[in-house]
Amino acid sequence: MALLKIENLHTYYGHVHALKGVDLEVEEGEIVSLIGANGAGKTTTLRTISGLIRPVQGTITFDGQTISGVPAHQIVGKGVSQVPEGRQIFSTLTVTENLNMGAYTLGGDKEAIEQNRRRVYDLFPRLEERKNQLGGTLSGGEQQMLTIARALMAQPRLLMLDEPSLGLAPLLVKTIFETVREINAHGVTILLVEQNARAALKVAHRGYVLETGHVVLSGPARGLLQDERVRKAYLGEK
Amino acid sequence: MQFIQQMINGITIGAFYSLVALGYTMVYGVLKLINFAHGDLFMWGAYLGLTGLNVALGLLANDTPWVILPVIILVMITVALGGVLVDRVAYKPLRSAGRLAPVISALGVAFILQSLARNLYGASWRTYPHGITPSGGIVLAGGVRIGIMQIIVLVACFLLMGALYLFTQRTRLGTAMRAVSLDHDTSRLMGINVDRIIAVVFLIGPGLGGVAGMIVALYYGSFDFTLGWTFGLKAFIAAILGGIGNIPGAMLGGMMLGIIETLGSGYLSPQWKDVIAYAILIIILIFRPTGLLGERVAEKV
Ligand SMILES: Nc1ncnc2c1ncn2[C@@H]1O[C@H](COP(=O)(O)OP(=O)(O)O)[C@@H](O)[C@H]1O
Ligand SMILES: [Mg+2]
Repeated sequence: MALLKIENLHTYYGHVHALKGVDLEVEEGEIVSLIGANGAGKTTTLRTISGLIRPVQGTITFDGQTISGVPAHQIVGKGVSQVPEGRQIFSTLTVTENLNMGAYTLGGDKEAIEQNRRRVYDLFPRLEERKNQLGGTLSGGEQQMLTIARALMAQPRLLMLDEPSLGLAPLLVKTIFETVREINAHGVTILLVEQNARAALKVAHRGYVLETGHVVLSGPARGLLQDERVRKAYLGEK
Repeated sequence: MQFIQQMINGITIGAFYSLVALGYTMVYGVLKLINFAHGDLFMWGAYLGLTGLNVALGLLANDTPWVILPVIILVMITVALGGVLVDRVAYKPLRSAGRLAPVISALGVAFILQSLARNLYGASWRTYPHGITPSGGIVLAGGVRIGIMQIIVLVACFLLMGALYLFTQRTRLGTAMRAVSLDHDTSRLMGINVDRIIAVVFLIGPGLGGVAGMIVALYYGSFDFTLGWTFGLKAFIAAILGGIGNIPGAMLGGMMLGIIETLGSGYLSPQWKDVIAYAILIIILIFRPTGLLGERVAEKV
């Protein structure tokens, strides 16, 4: 049974029909990349899964439990964390406070919070050096690390990342994708949204291609990297 | 010496402004809504305190000042619940209706609360029971005088503000409140129940406002139904001066406004104090449109 299963998902913004029947599955332990052009509906897909937007039709099941229609603040506790697009750190909270907010669902479990903090500091030693700094004073790359670290503080089983490489220098982009692989190696299932299709498919086991609210292609990442249409439309090849 | 006396008086009035300004700033923080009803919730604190004291003194045989304590706690709880009720009835249904509708709704609630007070308590000035507040004072070197009441009031205001500051800075719920002030959706992704945080803000802000209403009435002795507009509006201005949405800013803004006003009326003339205070306010806002402590860090890098 898939960890995450999405069937016939339809989402609207007012009259804008953003998702037009999306089907998608993520198996436990996988890295799945969702690629597509700007405006294809990638962010909308993640926001619908995390409960920020209610779908008009379709179902989302996580670990056998229906989560479509559940409010966002209850979904995190079920094991789904989202790293939102555009480095949405809490700018006037310190790094430590940002991490504490990530662990909000753990309540007063100080031991678990401390343990998770240790784990994310091992993953991002830079954050530990900056732990008393305000989030807004970090560099772009550090802010992206903080959003990922913050999402990990909730001990998710499924981590969804929305364009983590956007606007970062090439060297940092590489680090971010390596980190994604490392997180996955620790047993966290990953749903990765990217416009950087090549890097996203290289790191993934499987991929989906989204176009104007429809899944137009899906399959093993290696196969998609070789696919004629993908190469033309998303990998910039002739 | 006159200067020190003026400063002490200014700080006292400033503490009142700060306490009320906190309610404006906290609601603005989480909802980006200027809760114009806050001044009238504050005024209701004064009226409820009056009723509470009269009832309590009627039950008791003697006039002990200790009766103030349970009454002020009841006032705080009642006004806090009133704040949550105002939000539920007048603002919550308009959460997704844009910025203008809730502001108009807030003005509507302000008028309703004010009219209710006038109809129930009358339009004339009301006076707190005589001799309930401790009189007397301390005369310091050089003839500077501090009343006992002034000391009590200052200690109470600073304790409340200190407690609020610690709550927002040191506790999980307080940090969540600051997170919600920055970004609702990201807060939801953390598992924070944003609606619940908003309800907490509507408990704390009006709760403090209700206490402030009773303290102001105790300090001045009398008031009328325009207290919410006059005093409340100044507290709102103090919140803007400090940087609306910013909790330490509200405290600073209130203090500054209280001190500037008092010095202006002491050294120049009481008739000119508002002219001076607001000219200074305008000048500060020209140089710092976001208020003194507003947006210390860029929202997004
Ligand atoms: N808040 C919104 N209001 C209206 N339309 C929106 C909103 N957000 C996204 N859309 C529309 O929904 C579609 C999908 O957007 P999005 O999911 O952000 O795409 P992607 O993340 O793939 O770039 C686009 O056509 C976009 O214009
Ligand atoms: Mg997007």
